[in-house]
Amino acid sequence: MSRDTNQPKVMIVDNVECPINGERNVLEVARNNGIDIPSLCYCENLSIYGGCRICIVEDDKGKIDSACSMLPKAGLVIKTNTPKVQKFRKMILQLLLGSHRTDCTTCDVSDTCKLRAYCHRYDVDMERFSKNYCDLPIDDSSACIVRDPSKCILCGQCVRMCDEVQNIHAIDFCYRGKRAYIAPGFSGNIAASDCVGCGQCAAVCPTGALTVKNQTREMWKMLQDPNRKVVVQFAPSVRVGLAEQFGMPATEPVEGKLVTAMKRLGCDVVYDTNLSADLTIMEESAEFMEKLNSGAKLPMFTSCCPGWIQHVENKHPHLMPQVSTCGSPMEMLGAIIRRQFKGENVYSVAIMPCTAKKFEAQRPELEKDGERLVDLVLTTQELGRMIKEAGIDFARLPESKPDDPLGDYTGAGVIFGVTGGVTEAVIRRVLDDASPDTLKTIAECGVRGLDGIKAFEVSAGDLKLRIGVANGLGNADKLIEKVESGEEHFDFIEVMACPNGCIGGGGQPPASNARKRERFDAIFKSDESCELRIPQQNPDLQYIYDNLMDGNPHHYLHIHYPAHGHHEE
Amino acid sequence: MVKVDYKFIDEVLERFGFDKGNIIGIMQAVQEEYRYLPQEVLEYIADKIDVSTAKIFGVATFYGNFSMDVKGKYVIKVCRGTACHVRKSADVLQAIYDVTGLSENQPTTSDGLFTIETVSCLGACGLSPVVMVNETVHGAMNPDKAKALINELREKEA
Repeated sequence: MSRDTNQPKVMIVDNVECPINGERNVLEVARNNGIDIPSLCYCENLSIYGGCRICIVEDDKGKIDSACSMLPKAGLVIKTNTPKVQKFRKMILQLLLGSHRTDCTTCDVSDTCKLRAYCHRYDVDMERFSKNYCDLPIDDSSACIVRDPSKCILCGQCVRMCDEVQNIHAIDFCYRGKRAYIAPGFSGNIAASDCVGCGQCAAVCPTGALTVKNQTREMWKMLQDPNRKVVVQFAPSVRVGLAEQFGMPATEPVEGKLVTAMKRLGCDVVYDTNLSADLTIMEESAEFMEKLNSGAKLPMFTSCCPGWIQHVENKHPHLMPQVSTCGSPMEMLGAIIRRQFKGENVYSVAIMPCTAKKFEAQRPELEKDGERLVDLVLTTQELGRMIKEAGIDFARLPESKPDDPLGDYTGAGVIFGVTGGVTEAVIRRVLDDASPDTLKTIAECGVRGLDGIKAFEVSAGDLKLRIGVANGLGNADKLIEKVESGEEHFDFIEVMACPNGCIGGGGQPPASNARKRERFDAIFKSDESCELRIPQQNPDLQYIYDNLMDGNPHHYLHIHYPAHGHHEE
Repeated sequence: MVKVDYKFIDEVLERFGFDKGNIIGIMQAVQEEYRYLPQEVLEYIADKIDVSTAKIFGVATFYGNFSMDVKGKYVIKVCRGTACHVRKSADVLQAIYDVTGLSENQPTTSDGLFTIETVSCLGACGLSPVVMVNETVHGAMNPDKAKALINELREKEA
């Protein structure tokens, strides 16, 4: 290790010198230096709780404390595997097992359950204590997530995620001591709460207490029905999340293998939602320019994210008239599929990084001509399961392309998967110039990056636009507060409910910040690999407008939610 | 169920400055008035002081002294602390259960007159066995005195 004048402070973990680089606790220092201290209630994006105690370590005086709540200090010496730590850690796991219903072999998340993994890793060979888990029934009222209180170990990560990051406060601890459990208000069900279905609670749940609703059986049934034409679309982020489930790195987008895998599962037609993301940009930028020119109230908010839409409906209904009427790319492609295969027995499926899309697909307001546009939404996780169930060796799959016609897309569609992507695509559309210089200027205007809130200006000719981008609903609320207090003015605001945008969606395999950063880079890799980078270059769009819209694209591509108020159609 | 006077609730909220930090004080004031915390009132308060219904439910269920079940006009607390126990408070409790027809699982009479609760210690061991009716302490109880007490209250209400 080099020792400059600016040498970092160093602490010792398991006899390894670990530099301290501003980490907030000893746990992070150890992990950054290749020593994985276990944790069940700790999340790098949430406040520190110190409840599960599994991260205990021993200092050089023999004192035991939790590494998540220990400040890193120069000269600190700790050990993570002393006889005392091992004994206590095992005891803690056994105590947790006492309040956890262990049906691991049939549990939906047994392969990702941290509690199960730690019991294996720390050699817990028996259930030592009698069972006293919470015996409340499973809550499957939500279209998006399932809550099973009997598996909850009260780590509280879901509560903190819902409070601190999403500002929804749908669930909290109730009762006390061994009667305690986590529930929506008055122990009601999730569907009756303010839950927007973002699934971030399930993404941080270390056990199977909160899981994504598993609908793979419905999909299998349709795939096995010879009278059904199964038409599938997959979202931009799926290509950068799926491979992780097969032990592959997140750094390479896998759209080619993805298409092959879906064909092998038995899907009849496969489309890339990137196509309708391009279409969304055309519609949304036209809507925005119209609002701008007509002096309508700004900012205009984006409408792709179903969690965000529900949040506006619940908490900011007065802003709904400022939300774009564009259907989400999933719904737009759903409408196109219904039109393209009119009269055929189509089962329309969308593979999404998103749990809230499951709810969106079944909203009656989104039906067109009396028909749902998407019959079933599966998450990236569920698709991964199906590929495994089919025994497909994903890593060895050859690549294929989406079906024609309607198989084309541009890089502007791909970047919908990250926070700022929709905005960047809109700017590409408005500037109407696909030269590398312009694309570079756009990329560097302040729109890119994983910050929770971004604010920047873009000029196009005489036009000067102030744009806001938020990811995570808590950040969206902060931005709205600034707008409503008059502190800041924006012309256009993009909101994605999940931290980092869809790449961090509740339907993706749960991931660390570092992993999400890899997905972010992979999305732009996929963008750069596209021959066409601006949406108006997509040749399929003209085909759609000419052949599939009955001369009334607004009818098929826009949505009027009740809170939008009166609208002419 | 009680008829809630929202003017009263507003006064309470006003008194506590609509401050979420005073959530416990607000709930105590409401419970004093209605002898329990009606769900609709908690929902109303949550909205006014900007906390989630999940949070206010969490606070209401965390503390043993808050109740979300309707209470009778007379809340009878029978002390089951050590001192009262050795002086046969179990018999006193049984006598009260017998005369009211109540049990541990059904603690409130259908006419809304009595609620029977047990408490761990009322802090009046010198008077044991002790029974409290609302805010009044009755010491040196026995089964007969307990029955007489209940009947007396009944007659008062008749």
